[in-house]
Amino acid sequence: MSEIRIDHVSRWFRNVVAVNDVTMTIGPGVTGLLGPNGAGKSTLIALMSGFLAPSAGSVTLDGAPLWRNEQVYRQVGLVPEREALFDYLTGREFVVANAELQGLPDPGAAAQRAIALIEMTDAQDREISTYSKGMRQRIKMASALVHDPPVLLLDEPFNGMDPRQRIHLMELIRAMGAEGRTVLFSSHILEEVEQVARQIEVVVAGRHAASGDFGAIRRLMTDRPNRFVLRTADDRRLASVLLTDPSVRGARLRAEGGIELEAADFGRFSEVLPRLAREHGVRLLEVTPTDESLESVFSYLVSS
Amino acid sequence: MISRTIVRLGVRSIFGRWRGVLLFVLPLVLLGLCVLARALVGQSEEASRHTLYGLGLVVVVPLVALLATSGVLAPEIDDGSISYLLAKPIPRSTIVVSKLVVAVGCVVAFAALPLLLAGLVLRTDDPSVAVGFALGALLGGTAYCALFALLSVLTRHAVVVGLVYLLVWEGLLGGLLDGVRWLSVTRWSAEVADRVAGLTLVADLPLAYALVAGAVVIVGGAWLTGQMLRSFNLTGDE
Repeated sequence: MSEIRIDHVSRWFRNVVAVNDVTMTIGPGVTGLLGPNGAGKSTLIALMSGFLAPSAGSVTLDGAPLWRNEQVYRQVGLVPEREALFDYLTGREFVVANAELQGLPDPGAAAQRAIALIEMTDAQDREISTYSKGMRQRIKMASALVHDPPVLLLDEPFNGMDPRQRIHLMELIRAMGAEGRTVLFSSHILEEVEQVARQIEVVVAGRHAASGDFGAIRRLMTDRPNRFVLRTADDRRLASVLLTDPSVRGARLRAEGGIELEAADFGRFSEVLPRLAREHGVRLLEVTPTDESLESVFSYLVSS
Repeated sequence: MISRTIVRLGVRSIFGRWRGVLLFVLPLVLLGLCVLARALVGQSEEASRHTLYGLGLVVVVPLVALLATSGVLAPEIDDGSISYLLAKPIPRSTIVVSKLVVAVGCVVAFAALPLLLAGLVLRTDDPSVAVGFALGALLGGTAYCALFALLSVLTRHAVVVGLVYLLVWEGLLGGLLDGVRWLSVTRWSAEVADRVAGLTLVADLPLAYALVAGAVVIVGGAWLTGQMLRSFNLTGDE
């Protein structure tokens, strides 16, 4: 059971503060590091990877500092965000090299196990330069898992994956967490984090904005009003029906057609809308959230 | 102290890129010119001195060292793939020394041995010339590797800075100001050739000084590179 402790950590680059007095503990299970792009997620992961010195505060793994301490890498597997790999190697050679560098007794067998785990056995003898984005992501994952580390840090692991690969990786991450590993991954997409992470840490503008299980985060996000524009086959009829439900706070018919709608409870509203539309035989043509961008959700979170 | 895996990766990385081709071109040009010179002027002390020193020690040796060292370190630092080496329980000094082994291997194969051959072609009568220049190339090349390794972790423009240093300090100022010989890797290597072959490429430079200075650059450069790598700040794209 491993624990990463970030204690009052700040990191600045010249006069830009990337991480501002963050304190959090990452324990066993899957933790999602959620935040918009540029929020400081990569900086935090670099600090946890021992690739960056904190300007203030301390980052430790089970009490041992991560900065300037090579030995921690026996416990840590890293999946960096950057694409760059040793392109001139085959996938297998790359994973075997990682196993050798970890000092494993049987690098070949360890590599095969890791490659099988991420389902790259068929492509392992191709040169990495021929890999797709998703395959690169998976071979990076194999290199991080090859020494069976209790701690796994993944920086934006779902970037560039197709839906099938995404689902597979989600299952893999979930399984890693269920085995009692400490798994942390970053993402700027709430749905991704929600589907995999037991614990969510939200970072906005370098600050630790919120923390909790996905229920708590979801509530924070959904307790705010949401605005939508609906285009339907019968705007007036659906608007009147929707107003009877408590999840809807207001509806206005637009002159140019469509309904402007404010939902009080997003979770409930997303269930109610299709049901009511079906029950009353009104066809939904379009549902557009008008303020659903992640930044607006985050700005709501930070101000609360 | 040396990781066979890193050495293997280093060799693959040099010859997996176009830089690798340049490493073959430099000694081929040198040897070609030597054969030409030998055919045209025969065994000449002056011709051999100009070719082996002016082209060999001054141009080929530092360029091979620069190409090899930057080829083995700079691209990985540039694109961040060095994180796969850094995120391992290996001392940073091992990473540096292993990389330097590859670079020095290139110096031996593409600078020292070609100079030995070139010397034997130009001066069949006096093999000590060939041996002298080869040993000089080894000392100078190794020192340059350590220097350029440090440069690679200090700046993202290691190749450009290295070339400017070679042209301005070793080339231009080294030719104009006599005192530069005390701080010039090429002149130290020339002193080794001088002593073994009985030449006078550089005047008034004790061999002991050249050897100690070379050793200081090699050990100091490697050590500093390791220290820099220990405190290497590597961030994502953010």
